[in-house]
Amino acid sequence: MSVLDNAITIKGIKEGLLLTIRPEGDWAEVSTQLIARLDQQAEFFKGARVALDVADRPVRQHELESLFAQLTKRNLTLWAVVSQSDTTNSAAHHLKLETSLVPQHEQMEAVEIDSQESGTSGILIDHTLRNGRTIRNAGNVTVIGDVNPGAEIVAGGNVIVWGKLRGRVHAGADGNEAAVICALDLMPTQLRIAGYISISPDDKRRKPHPEMASVRQGRIVAEVWNA
Amino acid sequence: MTARVITVTSGKGGVGKTTTTANLAAALASLEQRVVAIDADIGLRNLDLVMGVENRIVYDLVDVVEKRCKLRQAMIKHKRYPELYLIPAAQTRDKTAVSPAQMIEVVRELKPDFDFILIDSPAGIERGFRNAVAGADEVLIVTNPEVSAVRDADRIVGLIEAGERKIPMRLIVNRVKPDMVRKGEMLSIDDVVDILSLSPIGVVPDDEAILIGSNRGELLNGRAGEAYRNIARRLLGEQVPFMNLEANSGFLSRIARLFGGSGGS
Repeated sequence: MSVLDNAITIKGIKEGLLLTIRPEGDWAEVSTQLIARLDQQAEFFKGARVALDVADRPVRQHELESLFAQLTKRNLTLWAVVSQSDTTNSAAHHLKLETSLVPQHEQMEAVEIDSQESGTSGILIDHTLRNGRTIRNAGNVTVIGDVNPGAEIVAGGNVIVWGKLRGRVHAGADGNEAAVICALDLMPTQLRIAGYISISPDDKRRKPHPEMASVRQGRIVAEVWNA
Repeated sequence: MTARVITVTSGKGGVGKTTTTANLAAALASLEQRVVAIDADIGLRNLDLVMGVENRIVYDLVDVVEKRCKLRQAMIKHKRYPELYLIPAAQTRDKTAVSPAQMIEVVRELKPDFDFILIDSPAGIERGFRNAVAGADEVLIVTNPEVSAVRDADRIVGLIEAGERKIPMRLIVNRVKPDMVRKGEMLSIDDVVDILSLSPIGVVPDDEAILIGSNRGELLNGRAGEAYRNIARRLLGEQVPFMNLEANSGFLSRIARLFGGSGGS
């Protein structure tokens, strides 16, 4: 194992990937090493948003441009470079990259501890929705009861059914692909999230279990929810 | 003393509303209740046929609400049960000939003189159905163990639940064929109850006697007739166990007898 193996760490963070490069070693060598590491797991990293932390290493503009190009070629988006070096920061500015992982406006605000969650708006239906009944709401919709075949829910946000979901549900109806649909038993006539549509697999022998449906890679998938 | 007003409805046509109304009316009358049945299916009247009084119709429900006759004049007495009457529907008019308010008025006038007022609702979710449930104290939802009948029953229950008044509803599962349920060709009672979330007051087996009965205007004997009599007794508050639809039929009951026998020896 060479010294360089320790020079690079790759970590998943909320914003994507964080590549940390220790300030030791020659830039040309470490950057080559970094690309090699990424290529080893190209499938896994593909499409990721990448942030780079080079500590106090000065990285010149042409060096950063070259790395940026190589990452772009691999379908990786470099969006931030974190450094204590002025040279590196100025190179990052030239490439219009962020120099901090925290968005600007959040940095500016005084940090005040507020334990009160603001939450979201929506409605609660405290009974079973039967055939022919329909609920439309711009927020989240929660049903305590079943949603029977022939009933319909259209929500701007998420849809939660504490019961059997047999009808039609459209979550994220105004285009929110992050919306989810949850039910204690998810066997809808049809599910829609934003612009995606799916129907339930035809399986009469299944056992009821809680599931959550969401959009993953361009299609609606349902996952079993285990407490 | 005031009558209980019970509407028999279903959403879907042909599930046995009229047969149910006629048989419950007769069963209640045989239990010495004073009963009047009202046919709310204006334009497609059938209850008079099933009750065997077609040839004695002079006035009908529309004549009553349009004040061409007195209420008593439109009431046809059943031959067999002196305390059973029918108010027939008009055949030459349609559902708009009567309004919900007029139905409530007719029912209000009948209430002091009877124990039960049974209203036979037309199929559908429009005016005729609205008329039929307008004056109801209770609703009996009739359905068959098949997907489309259950789906329509669910629609009706949803409409009644969404109304201003809370009307108690109970379920009658009609035309049950135990053989088909066993083979999975028909929904089971549990499936039906699971979807509708209503408590059943009766399960009526499919019975060829019903066809013969409704063709002759006679009320039923046999297993379906027994099921209707049980429903009538339950309406009167009696605890009547549900009939064993499997009795004397096929494999399962033989197994049950086998186990019963070995347990006893």
